[in-house]
Amino acid sequence: MMNGESRNGPAKPRLATVWLDGCSGCHMSFLDLDDKLVDICLRADLVYSPLVDTKTFPDFVDVTLVEGAVSSQEDLEKIKHIRDHTKFLVALGDCAVTANVPSMRNPFGANAILRRAYIENVTLNPRVPDRVVPPLLNRSSPVHTVVKVDVFVPGCPPSAETIGYVVNELLDGRMPDLSGRTRFGA
Amino acid sequence: MKPAEQVTVLKINGDEVSAHADQTILDVARENGIEIPTLCYLENLTEVGGCRLCLVEIKGAAKLQPACVTRVREGMEVATHSSRLDTYRRKILELIFTERNHICSVCVANGNCDLQDMAAALGMDHVTYPYLNPSVPVDLSHELFGIDQNRCILCTRCVRVCAEIEGAHTWDVRNSGINSRVFTDFNEPWGESQTCTNCGKCVNVCPTGALFKKGKAVGERTRQIDFLPYLKTMREELK
Amino acid sequence: MTREELDAAVVTEQERSQSFRHHVDVCIAAGCLSSQSEVVLNSLRTEIRERGLEKECALRGVGCMGLCKAGPLVALDGQAVMYQTVAPADAPEIIESLDTAPVERLVCPVNMPFFNRQTRIALENSGQIDPERIEEYIARGGYSALAEALAELTPAQVVERITASGLRGRGGAGYPTGLKWSTVVKAPGSQKYVICNADEGDPGAFMDRSVLESDPHRLLEGMAIAGYAVGAEQGYIYVRAEYPLAIKRLKTAIRQAVRADVLGTTIMGSRFNFQVDLRIGAGAFVCGEETALIASIEGGRGLPRLRPPYPAEYGLWGKPTLINNVETFASVPVILRKGSEWFAGIGTGKSKGTKVFALAGAVQNTGLVEVPMGITLREIVFDIGGGIPGGKRFKAVQTGGPSGGCIPEAYLDQPVDFETLAQLGSIMGSGGMIVMDETSCMVDVARYFMDFCRTESCGKCVPCRVGTVHMHNLLTKISEGQATLDDLAMLEELCDLVRHTSLCGLGQSAPNPVMSTLRYFRDEYLAHIQDKRCPAGVCHIAPEVTA
Repeated sequence: MMNGESRNGPAKPRLATVWLDGCSGCHMSFLDLDDKLVDICLRADLVYSPLVDTKTFPDFVDVTLVEGAVSSQEDLEKIKHIRDHTKFLVALGDCAVTANVPSMRNPFGANAILRRAYIENVTLNPRVPDRVVPPLLNRSSPVHTVVKVDVFVPGCPPSAETIGYVVNELLDGRMPDLSGRTRFGA
Repeated sequence: MKPAEQVTVLKINGDEVSAHADQTILDVARENGIEIPTLCYLENLTEVGGCRLCLVEIKGAAKLQPACVTRVREGMEVATHSSRLDTYRRKILELIFTERNHICSVCVANGNCDLQDMAAALGMDHVTYPYLNPSVPVDLSHELFGIDQNRCILCTRCVRVCAEIEGAHTWDVRNSGINSRVFTDFNEPWGESQTCTNCGKCVNVCPTGALFKKGKAVGERTRQIDFLPYLKTMREELK
Repeated sequence: MTREELDAAVVTEQERSQSFRHHVDVCIAAGCLSSQSEVVLNSLRTEIRERGLEKECALRGVGCMGLCKAGPLVALDGQAVMYQTVAPADAPEIIESLDTAPVERLVCPVNMPFFNRQTRIALENSGQIDPERIEEYIARGGYSALAEALAELTPAQVVERITASGLRGRGGAGYPTGLKWSTVVKAPGSQKYVICNADEGDPGAFMDRSVLESDPHRLLEGMAIAGYAVGAEQGYIYVRAEYPLAIKRLKTAIRQAVRADVLGTTIMGSRFNFQVDLRIGAGAFVCGEETALIASIEGGRGLPRLRPPYPAEYGLWGKPTLINNVETFASVPVILRKGSEWFAGIGTGKSKGTKVFALAGAVQNTGLVEVPMGITLREIVFDIGGGIPGGKRFKAVQTGGPSGGCIPEAYLDQPVDFETLAQLGSIMGSGGMIVMDETSCMVDVARYFMDFCRTESCGKCVPCRVGTVHMHNLLTKISEGQATLDDLAMLEELCDLVRHTSLCGLGQSAPNPVMSTLRYFRDEYLAHIQDKRCPAGVCHIAPEVTA
């Protein structure tokens, strides 16, 4: 099912990982795959990730793992772009699936949060930034509320084993069945 | 001497089972090893039929019926699982998750929560309905316990155990609809309640992290409900 | 009071009435009161006194005459002449003209379809008697059905007559009344109760209110007969606190009835005892649901519970309890008086008798009408109701309030009966009927009713408590032009979920207004979603901001 061009030999599936509003814990858990990461890298090209140098998202990716909730205008634009260029989008971890900890600000709205962070708790030059820092959306949302998600992997973070299973199943051309493997908050 | 109990025969998922006439479908199903999901139900407390997870199909009945309150009848044919029931249960569970702010990863009940377990059991891996994200309070005024309304699913187990087992009736529900809240006495802070006996039964029966013992960190909340059948028997003998 | 005394009371009251040359009746039910009919009544009284006509001219306040839009209404000499929108200043002219031609500019034609197309059973005395005088109720045959039942019929025979009449509950669901009564009769136990559900809460509905305010004794008689039939000695009327006038008149009526020995102990010399007490509801719509109503009378929170067991077997304080609606009880005395066959001869095959509707909305003649079952919606809206004002186009008629649905023009010729309305995706309901013209947006209508259900949900079960909130949010999103087709799909999914999984009738029927408008007016939903446009021009849709 995977396709894509490669310069040397048969095309390898293209894998990407991205983080939006998350703590990077899901990526840490991914890295906990340790030596099994090598197996994955032999099976797929890691074409985009916070862990590699590339700064632009490629035109075509087979599997993208998304960590984090959609919290800012930048997150929103990024995820829409990623969705357009990804075959299988995986919501990785509770922040991507439920908005989790980032959503704890939702009952208050963005303005209250910005005021609290940049004015009330600041003594030197208190002001809400209007440049460089991407504008905060009023609510932090799960990924599937803004783009279609193909696979949901709850967990905070999902275990390395679970992530490895999901990636390998997708690379093998199967939809992963996560029942009994992970849960919210796990 | 009790009159001889009437025995009823009914079918659950096609298999014939026998039951006492005053038993509920849920009782009989569990006796026969058939699991029906429940959240508000807790053995030894009065059933309310509010969470709707235990809805079952009964042949000939136009409506789905909650297994926890529906009594068995001779010749009844019950289906406890079907794709329709599974879908409804998952969607009802989703509604519960959207109602308050359930952030498992930072909850005292993480890993020891009926709601969290139910999501896993019903295969609910995400919530399709928008989260309502209400602004609801946390009350830490009690010396020993706390209540976090963000985690409350309004199962009313606390209300029932307090009224029916402890006999204090400190808890009840106020307001209506989406604004329903469990509360103590006349809505004073819990710590100022004059009826609370500090017994902690409400904390022990809470299915989520809404009621907890103070000083517990994420995932540290434990529950102890062995006292229920014993105290219930004592109460009934007093009657 | 014995039967002979009752008959004598009839004659006394009739003689009293005939001793006057003229009768002037002023409507003092809620509708006309709200347009100052009490001031009109007082100015007429002053006028009569000043002219020294107290002995010749009987002036009284009476119950609802029906045509609420034309209030205050004044009727002369048994509605031979009717005046509309009467002002206090009209009093001299009205009294002056009693012996001459009527005051032309005030005349309300009494031969118009609004009046002559109605069949009045539950409302037979409404507007004809002073609701605060038991004598007038008795003079029109009141309490004779109770007297007959006590003297000549066994309880079983009373139940038989109600069964034979084909009467069905007027509260909404249309459950056969005779069957309900016989279930209570058969239920074991010596202590039983009769409850009248007067917790009328549908927006735009005022049928029960009118009966309570215009003819309270009819309800007491119906309840006493029911008590006799099912073996109950205690009745409760659960009436909402928002009806202070109805409560006042019921209290007066109960006091009078006890004094007249038609309520209380050993009624009319029989061995039958029956007492009626009022219970005042605090305004929760869900308390119109019978199990929630019972919980409320018992002093608990007004929360419904699973049925079965039905109240007929396990009701108030766990005892067998008969609960009927106001209009149902109000039909009972007439059925005994005129016969089951007579009642069954009115209406259709499965829906017998008449139904009272509160006709409201975009229609000429708003007010209270009682029509035979089987009449078409078109006759109600266009003949009786006089059609749509202002040359506007008819769009839909909403029946059954927040549990009902909207019926479009294509089905206007369908008969009004329980089954047909259900087939059309609506319900008979308790009798609210709201007419809508082209200026009504169906999405907005659905949103309004969902807002009502969301607010009135008791919160006991999850689907109703949370589902109605999501449905309301989605309807708001649609009406604001912010929704997608996915949102519409989610709305339809929630309709199905809430309908099939809610605990009580409130939740189970809450999706009805949405489903019926989606069924008949889907294009309006799509216009909001796809074209960002409200065809009726009701919803405010902000122009799209292009980044």
